[in-house]
Amino acid sequence: MLPGQQLIDFSWIGDHLGQIAERIGQHLELTILPVAIGFLIALVLSIWAVRQPIVYGPITAVTGVLYTIPSLAAFAVLIPITGLSLVSALIPLVSYTLLILVRSIVAGFRGVAPEVLEAAEGMGYTRTQRLIRVEFPLAVPMMIAGLRLATVTAIGLATVASIIGGDTFGGLGQLITEGLQTFFPTKYLLGAALSVVLAVSADVLFVQIERWITPWARAPGSAG
Amino acid sequence: MDSVVNWFLDPLNWQGSAGIPNRLFEHVSLSGAALLVAALIGLPIGLFIGHTGRFATAVINIANIGRAIPSYAVLVIILPVSLQISPEYGLNVIPTFLAMTLLAIPPILVTTYAGIREVDRDLVEAARGMGLREPQILGRLEIPLATPVIVGGFRTATLQVIATATIGAVVGGGGLGRFIVDGFSNPSLPAQLYAGVILVAGLAIGLDIVLALIQRRITPRALRGPLDRWAGPAEQASPADSPGMG
Repeated sequence: MLPGQQLIDFSWIGDHLGQIAERIGQHLELTILPVAIGFLIALVLSIWAVRQPIVYGPITAVTGVLYTIPSLAAFAVLIPITGLSLVSALIPLVSYTLLILVRSIVAGFRGVAPEVLEAAEGMGYTRTQRLIRVEFPLAVPMMIAGLRLATVTAIGLATVASIIGGDTFGGLGQLITEGLQTFFPTKYLLGAALSVVLAVSADVLFVQIERWITPWARAPGSAG
Repeated sequence: MDSVVNWFLDPLNWQGSAGIPNRLFEHVSLSGAALLVAALIGLPIGLFIGHTGRFATAVINIANIGRAIPSYAVLVIILPVSLQISPEYGLNVIPTFLAMTLLAIPPILVTTYAGIREVDRDLVEAARGMGLREPQILGRLEIPLATPVIVGGFRTATLQVIATATIGAVVGGGGLGRFIVDGFSNPSLPAQLYAGVILVAGLAIGLDIVLALIQRRITPRALRGPLDRWAGPAEQASPADSPGMG
């Protein structure tokens, strides 16, 4: 902060609402795209792991290593390869969602009771029909729980991408990084506050979706 | 790739305050201190709400919100306050350390609570019937049975802390993140950038493997799963696990 500067300059915020809204939009893009791509990849990996249990170990080992790499390092390593493009932010963000999503989707599939599977077989469902009509719907609550974690994680990590990517990726992290570079607290505090609001709102939204699709969990005595 | 090897072979990069040993020491010592403080806060609270069940819903809800908060945001929100406290350290050590500690508390607290709760309530009742007092039940029954789960929480917290320490370089902190940030802001130093990436990722993955082995070792043989969780962070039955990594 420069001497004599106010901590929060409200008139700056008022003058830059357009720019702020654009940053929020970019951040949503940096969240929804990787979570959607990550979900599709994780779904394929999970179905594979459920049909061939032997591959589950290697899949979680590899996605676990990806998850373990600190975010700043992951974003930095791709810049010289994929350049300053959206892909450089998307690859690490997708890779961070994989472990979370594979675990929850597999747990969802494995949670389907064997009697239910047998009943489906007895009704003459083929394996694919059973997967789509029986196993998938029953696994949805666990999938939503995984999506909740993956979304919140992506919102947090997307802020870090701006440290390396600058304005290529944009998002709320860009407000933070620019604010830090120009010693302008209004900008970095606003970026930080908005990213917190976005993360907490996404978390609350998914909790509501979870409750809405699992009405039985709200039965008296099992409130959680 | 050759330039990265040369960077590692250059003796100048192994000495002084900007050398690998000192940067590694800064990274590990700040991370260790943050984990220690977080454990001193998170463990007792987790044990208390786990054992008594009191305030559990409120505390876990707050902790889960804490886990959702982006680490980069925590780091800079602390900045104006830490600059007030100390103009000298306010821009590097203090915000990084505070952010790391704040972010490490929720995973430790939540898994400690979950670990204690998972202990069979019939066992606890049996212990009570045998005349054990509450602290004895906690110390001799609940904590030993919950330890593998609690170590899982420390794994998550360790990853979080190592990653946040790396971002700390952006606000002028030391540690291995310096190599990445300096290497990036100076395009003539790509080798330094890559070396930083290798060092940080190596530290995180190495520590995670060590903690995974410890976790496996202290888990009773009968409860050990297949080796599938070996390289992944602590597996949790609860979906409340590990959001918002740095």
